[in-house]
Order: sequence, then structure tokens, then C-alpha cells
Amino acid sequence: MRAIPAVALLLASLACHAETPQQIRQIYVAEASSQQAGFTPSAKRGEAFFRQRFANNDKMPACTSCHTDSPLNAGEHAVTGKSIKPLAVAANPNRLSDPAKVEKWFGRNCKEVVGRACTPAEKADFVTFLSEVR
Amino acid sequence: MKRLLLIALLGSAFPALADRLPMPANAPTSFTTECSSCHIAYQPALLQAADWRKLMAGLGDHFGSDATVDQKTGQEIGAFLERHAGSASRVGNAGNPPRITQTARFIRKHDEIPAKYWRDPRVKSAANCEACHPDAAKGSYSEHDISIRELRE
Repeated sequence: MRAIPAVALLLASLACHAETPQQIRQIYVAEASSQQAGFTPSAKRGEAFFRQRFANNDKMPACTSCHTDSPLNAGEHAVTGKSIKPLAVAANPNRLSDPAKVEKWFGRNCKEVVGRACTPAEKADFVTFLSEVR
Repeated sequence: MKRLLLIALLGSAFPALADRLPMPANAPTSFTTECSSCHIAYQPALLQAADWRKLMAGLGDHFGSDATVDQKTGQEIGAFLERHAGSASRVGNAGNPPRITQTARFIRKHDEIPAKYWRDPRVKSAANCEACHPDAAKGSYSEHDISIRELRE
């Protein structure tokens, strides 16, 4: 219970300026830990999530539908054809630098592809994968 | 003879004029970033004001995507779109939900495109202006710049 105000404080303090991928990961790790004692983020689980196919959206069943098989590649929107810059920090240093932007796209894409909101643990794993993949 | 030449000149000049839809210089950053994340930021002149209003009111289900923005951003983008919207008589109605591709102007401008090109994997969707108009984001829709060679006249 004590973790929740701490997370809220952390989120509030991070909301306005550029952050590092590690700090953004920490936001989600703190949130996941408050729900699940001893949580540690895993790039491997993040990668599995990236590749998982969900039976929610025919046009974009997985993250890979738009972001290709590797987050190091540039992608293409499955419906509009618009090009998408790589998700991996190693290929695109602008990724994971704005907590509000990260949260906005988790919000949109989880709803659209997964069919529900993603959990803090899923987000922590995913962000870990994107910051570590080379 | 001179008159014929003039007519020919006018004829070739006008379509070129109509195919330029420059982005208004005062486009707010919110418009540029929010509206170009999944497709190009379509120029406000492509829809009439009433249709932009309808579109902005339905961002929660924006052609199957959740494109909601916070209230302040929504007002800023909406005001910009409506201020620079196309005239109703030139653009025509866009249907419900409003689609640029359903306006009379879009249909008239594309009436010579055979159906198979709309299904071409290079095109993907009629919303993908840049598939054929490489400088669409800069407002250039000239017939002379069509990037799919078979369609260039």
C-alpha cells in the first residue's frame, strides 16, 4: 500500500521532462512490484509478448504486424502504410524518453491489438526488452 | 489560334494549381505530432469544417483505432482544422464517419484510377496518399509526380 503514493509521486515527478529508458522502466517496475511482491522485469518475457498473436484484431494481430519481426527495424502501419521508426532504443535513441508518450501508446495499442489494457508487469517487461535488444 | 493557345495554357495551369494544398504555416505542434503518427497529417482543406468537427468528436473510434487526445489538445487541433477547412462547395460532404476519400472532390480527382491499383500492395489503402503522391505531406498532389510509373500520365 505504501508503494502506491510513491509510484504516484514518481509518475508526477517524471511527467514533464525527458527521461532515460531506465527511469521509464523503473516507473513500471515500481507499479508492478506493488501488485506482485518480488517482481523483476524480463526482456525475454517482453520479447515473447512482442511476438504473441492475439485474437482481437484481424488486421493487426500482434505488435509485429506493424513493427516487423524485430524492433530494430523500421515498421509500417498495417492499415495506412505509414512508416514507423524502430521501437528499440539501440536503433532509435528517441524511444523511451517521454513517459507520457510511452503511456499513451501502450494505452492505444494494447486496446487495439491485445484487446485490453496491458498490466504494469507486461509494460515493464516490454520496456526492458526494447531497451536491451541489440 | 491565339485563343486556342490561351485555352490550352489555362487548361494545363489550373489542374496544377488545384493540386497544391499547402499546410497552413501556423499549424500547431499538437496537430503535426498527433495527426501524423499513423498517417500523414492531412491538410485541413481536404474536408469542410462540419466534417472536421464530426471527426474530432469521434476520435475514440477513429476508423477502428483509439486516437483520443486530451481536451486542450483536441480543442487546439479542432480550431486549427476548422479555421483552415475547405469550402463546402468545393470539397463536398464526406459521409459519416467523415472520410476524405468519400468527398466529391477526392472521387472526381481519382475517377480514372482502375480498381486494381487501390488493392495494390504498394498502395494498401486510399488513406495512404504517399503511395502515389510522394510529397503529399508537403501538400503536393500533382499528377506529374505520381510515383507508381504505370499510373503516371
